[in-house]
Amino acid sequence: MAATAERRIGLQFDQVEKRYGAVCALRNLTLSIPAGECVAIAGRNGSGKTTLLRLAAQLIRPSRGRVSYCAAAENEKPHIGFVAHATMVYDELTAAENLFFFAKLAGVPHASNRVGQLLREVGLEDRKDSLVRTFSRGMRQRVAIARALLGEPALLLFDEPGTGLDAESSSWLAGHLRTLRDSGCTILLSLHGESEIARLATRGVRLDAGSVVADTRSGAMFQSIFVYAGG
Amino acid sequence: MALLSNAAALLEKEVRTEFRSRELLSTTVVFVLIVVVVFSFTFDPTSSESHRFGPGLLWMAFLFAASLMLQPCFLREQANDTLSALRLAVGDPFAIFLAKIFANTLFLLLTELLMLPVFAALFNVSFAAQLPGILLTLLLGSLGISTVGTALAAISAQARMRELLLPLLLLPLLTPILVVSTEVTVRLMSPDGVIEWKGIGLLLAFDAVFLTVLWLFGEYLLEE
Repeated sequence: MAATAERRIGLQFDQVEKRYGAVCALRNLTLSIPAGECVAIAGRNGSGKTTLLRLAAQLIRPSRGRVSYCAAAENEKPHIGFVAHATMVYDELTAAENLFFFAKLAGVPHASNRVGQLLREVGLEDRKDSLVRTFSRGMRQRVAIARALLGEPALLLFDEPGTGLDAESSSWLAGHLRTLRDSGCTILLSLHGESEIARLATRGVRLDAGSVVADTRSGAMFQSIFVYAGG
Repeated sequence: MALLSNAAALLEKEVRTEFRSRELLSTTVVFVLIVVVVFSFTFDPTSSESHRFGPGLLWMAFLFAASLMLQPCFLREQANDTLSALRLAVGDPFAIFLAKIFANTLFLLLTELLMLPVFAALFNVSFAAQLPGILLTLLLGSLGISTVGTALAAISAQARMRELLLPLLLLPLLTPILVVSTEVTVRLMSPDGVIEWKGIGLLLAFDAVFLTVLWLFGEYLLEE
């Protein structure tokens, strides 16, 4: 589970701008995230949190500026675990088939053990042979989290990971993220408010209209990143 | 090796999901069956006429089948943003294209093989003597159609008016493949029933060129 020293990676955003037509989602954003840091990204709807995470995953390219991985071998694509708004799993496959499929693609060693272990951890062992389309939103989210954790990623990107999760699952996720954080995994969490998961963060960044308006590591200031002016 | 193993895993997923739902195959087979039956009533073919214009009608029906079949191949990945998960998981994005091309070729070939006996019965022609040549032409033609179609499906999936865009882009680009495939099939169905190796070579060249272009530039087609 530990992100070994040679696999630890940091992230660097250099004067990044991302435009979708006339809309500027991120403007002149510079942010350095050292390897092993757990960062909570807060901000209102449309502040650029999801765009920041998709840029970090290299799913989109910046319109200007550069996003780079620190400490990753040159030209090597780091293993990234990403939980987005959409579940990124196939409705027409079972929970186990989904995880086996993504484990195969990611070249996860001992895939069957790893899939079994994750299904147990997310509490879906009894439903492993059920099609994902028969699952509730919370159960789908648990499959999505298991998919993201499959390859023991060195960089985890979670876009509002608590969506649809009940208290027990949220608590499990917080515990699992704590273990990953302590093992040196770099974690970016996009969050809307204070929660058990948010308290894991060692740093808080608040975005507003695509720019960083607060960046703090101190406890008292940290609370304030979730307080938005006017709401 | 990672490219091939990723493509194999993706192909297995494509086949598994299609044979589980059978949405694409059943719809396409019914559609092509209707097209072939309508053609047979419209032209009321005698045996000699069938050999002349039959291959053209056959490949036109296969083109309709392809335009119906290719549209959902990337749209399906958008429902839960699974394309992003695939892009994160595979080392080489060409593996995604390779799997989709082979899956589309397989589904198209299945439809074609189901339609051949129906076409033979309705148009009073026999393929038995030229079956190896017909199968080779179907394979190479379908591979070409799938390669071009899969690339265009990736482009159109991200566009507005995507349902119109794919057939609009598909027809002009597939014209060379359709013309050559039809000519090879006409020669095969002629009384002397010879295989036109020059045409087969052209189909091979088309497939190789389109696959190479996709290998070089496919990554950009998957970006948002």
